[in-house]
Amino acid sequence: MLRFLAQRLAAIVPVLLVVAVVVFLILRLTPGDPAAVIAGNNATNDDIVRIREQLGLSRPLLSQFWIWFSNALQGDLGYSFYLNKPVSELIAQRIEPTLSLAAGTLAIAVLVAVPLGTLAAWRMGGWLDRTLSGFSVAGFSVPVFVIGYVLIYLFAMKLHWLPVQGYRRLFGASSQGVGAWAYQLVLPWFTLATIYVALIARVTRASVSEALTEDYIRTARAKGITESAVLLRHALANAAVPIATVIGIGVALLIGGVVVTETVFAIPGLGSLTVDAVLNRDFPVIQGVVLFFSVLYVLVNLAVDLSYLFLDPRIRY
Amino acid sequence: MALHTRLWRNSAFRFGVLVLAVLLALALTAPLLGTVDPSAMDSAHINTAAGERGEFALLDGNSVAHRFWMGTDNFGRDIYSRVLYGTRTSLLVASFTAVVAVAIGALLGMLAGYFRAVDAVLMRVMDGLMAIPAILLAIALVAALGATLWTVVVAIAIPEIPRVTRLVRSLVLTLREEPFVEAARALATPTPVILWRHVLPNAMAPLIVQGTFIAASAVLTEAILSFLGLGLPADVPTWGNIMAEGRVQFTQYPSNVLFPALFLVPTVLAINLLGDGLRDVLDPKFAKRAA
Repeated sequence: MLRFLAQRLAAIVPVLLVVAVVVFLILRLTPGDPAAVIAGNNATNDDIVRIREQLGLSRPLLSQFWIWFSNALQGDLGYSFYLNKPVSELIAQRIEPTLSLAAGTLAIAVLVAVPLGTLAAWRMGGWLDRTLSGFSVAGFSVPVFVIGYVLIYLFAMKLHWLPVQGYRRLFGASSQGVGAWAYQLVLPWFTLATIYVALIARVTRASVSEALTEDYIRTARAKGITESAVLLRHALANAAVPIATVIGIGVALLIGGVVVTETVFAIPGLGSLTVDAVLNRDFPVIQGVVLFFSVLYVLVNLAVDLSYLFLDPRIRY
Repeated sequence: MALHTRLWRNSAFRFGVLVLAVLLALALTAPLLGTVDPSAMDSAHINTAAGERGEFALLDGNSVAHRFWMGTDNFGRDIYSRVLYGTRTSLLVASFTAVVAVAIGALLGMLAGYFRAVDAVLMRVMDGLMAIPAILLAIALVAALGATLWTVVVAIAIPEIPRVTRLVRSLVLTLREEPFVEAARALATPTPVILWRHVLPNAMAPLIVQGTFIAASAVLTEAILSFLGLGLPADVPTWGNIMAEGRVQFTQYPSNVLFPALFLVPTVLAINLLGDGLRDVLDPKFAKRAA
C-alpha cells in the first residue's frame, strides 16, 4: 500500500513539472517585455523595474523558471497588478462557488448516470438503452452554455420555478443557509451535469454489459439470487474500475464546463476570474488558475488510482 | 463491397455527410441567400423581431428590402446574415484544427513509436500537456497569442495533439514489428521513407476517424471561446460571438442566443455521427477499443 502510494506520487512528479513549464512558458509566448505584460496597462516604470528585479527577468530563462517555480511551490503564485492582490488570495476568495458547482454536478451526474447506464446494459437494445445512447451522442454535441440558456429559458423565464442567475454563499457572513445556496445552484448543477452524465452513462453501460456476459453472472443467477443483487453486487461491482477511471478523466471536462457555466449563470468563481483575467490581460492570474486547476486534476486522478485498491480487491501492489 | 458503398450504407455516415453538405453549401453561397453585410449596423432596426420585413440601411447609404428571418441584435445587425457567415468560420476552424492536430500528432507519434530515445521524453511531455484541462489551455494560449483565425486554430489544436500522438505511437509500436517494415529495413530503406510509405498509410484509418472527432470538438471549443469573449474579435461573425452578444439581453431577446445554437448543435452532431460512421466502417478494431 505505502509502496504503491510512493510509486504513484513519483509518477505524477514529471507530469506536474511539465505542467509548470507549460504554464511558465505561456507568458513568454506573448510578444513584448514580460515585466510590462505582468504589470499591466496602468503600471509605472518603477513597477516594471521592480517586477523585473523580483522575478529575475534579466537572468537566463532557466533561473527565471526556478524563481517562479520555487515561489509556486511555496504557494506564492505571483501578484495581480490589475486587481492589486496576490493570486493565491484571489483563488482562495473565489474557490467556494467553483467547488460548490463542481461537487454538486459530480454528485448529480454519478447518481443519475450510474443507475441509468446499469439499467441500459441490463436491457440492452431496449427503449432506455436506445434513449440513453441517443442522449449520449446529443450530450457531446450541445455546448454547455446552450444547455444553460435553454434551461434558464424554460425553468426560470417561462415556469418561474428557479432563479435566472447569481450565487448565494454557503459560508461566511453573507450566507443565507444551505437552502438558499442549493436553490440558486439547481440550474447550474443540472446544466453542467448533462455532458458528464452522457460520458459516465456510456462507460457504465459498456463495462456493466461486459461484466454481464461473464460466467459468474450465470452462476449467480443459477443460485437464484435476485436480479437486483446480480446487477449491483456482481455486475456493477466488477465494472467499478472503468467507471471510476472515466469519472476522474471527466474532471477535465468538468473544469472546462465550470468556466462556461459560471459565465452563463453569473457565478463569481474561478471560472469568471479566469475569463476576466484574459479580458484584462492579467497574466499572473491566468497562470495561477491554470496551474491550480491542473494540479487539482492530477490529484483527483491520483485519488481515483488509489480508489482501485478498494474497488477491486484483486489489485494488490 | 467497395468502400464508398459500405460507407454509404452506414446511416450515421449518411446523415453526417448530408448535413455537412448542406452547411457547406450555405457557407459558400451565403451572399446569394438574401443576406446583407454581416457587420453592417442599421440603427433603425435594433432588436427587430424574427420574421419581420423592412428596409435594411446599408453602410453606403443605400437601403435594401430585407426579411429579418432571425431578427437583429442590439447593434441592429442582421442575425440571419451573421449566422450564415458564421458557418464559414466554424467550418474553417473545424477543418484547419483537425488537419493541424492530426499532422503534428502523427509526426510526433511516429517519432515516439519508432525511436526509443525520443519516446520517454516526448511522452512525458504529452502526459503533462494532457494534465491541463483542454479548454483552459486553449484559453491561456489565446490570451498569450492574441486571437486571430490561426492562433485560435493553434490554441484549439495543441490540447488535442497529445491524444493523436498517443494513438499513432501505439499503432506504430505494433506496425514496426510487421514483416513489411522489417523487409523495408533489410533493404536499407531510409527511416523517413519507411515512416512515410509503410507506417503512415497503415495508420490512416484511425487517424481520419480521430481527425473527425477533433473537428467536432473544435467547433464546440471555438464557440465556447467566442462565447466567453476570448475568441475571434467580436466584429467577426461566428456563432459563439453572436451568442456572446445575445447573452447580455438574453432575458428580453432569447432568440439571439437560440438561433445560432440551432446551427451549432446540428453541425457538431453531424460531424460526430460522420466520425461514428467512419469508425464503424474503416476501423472496426478502434470501434471496439473505444466502446
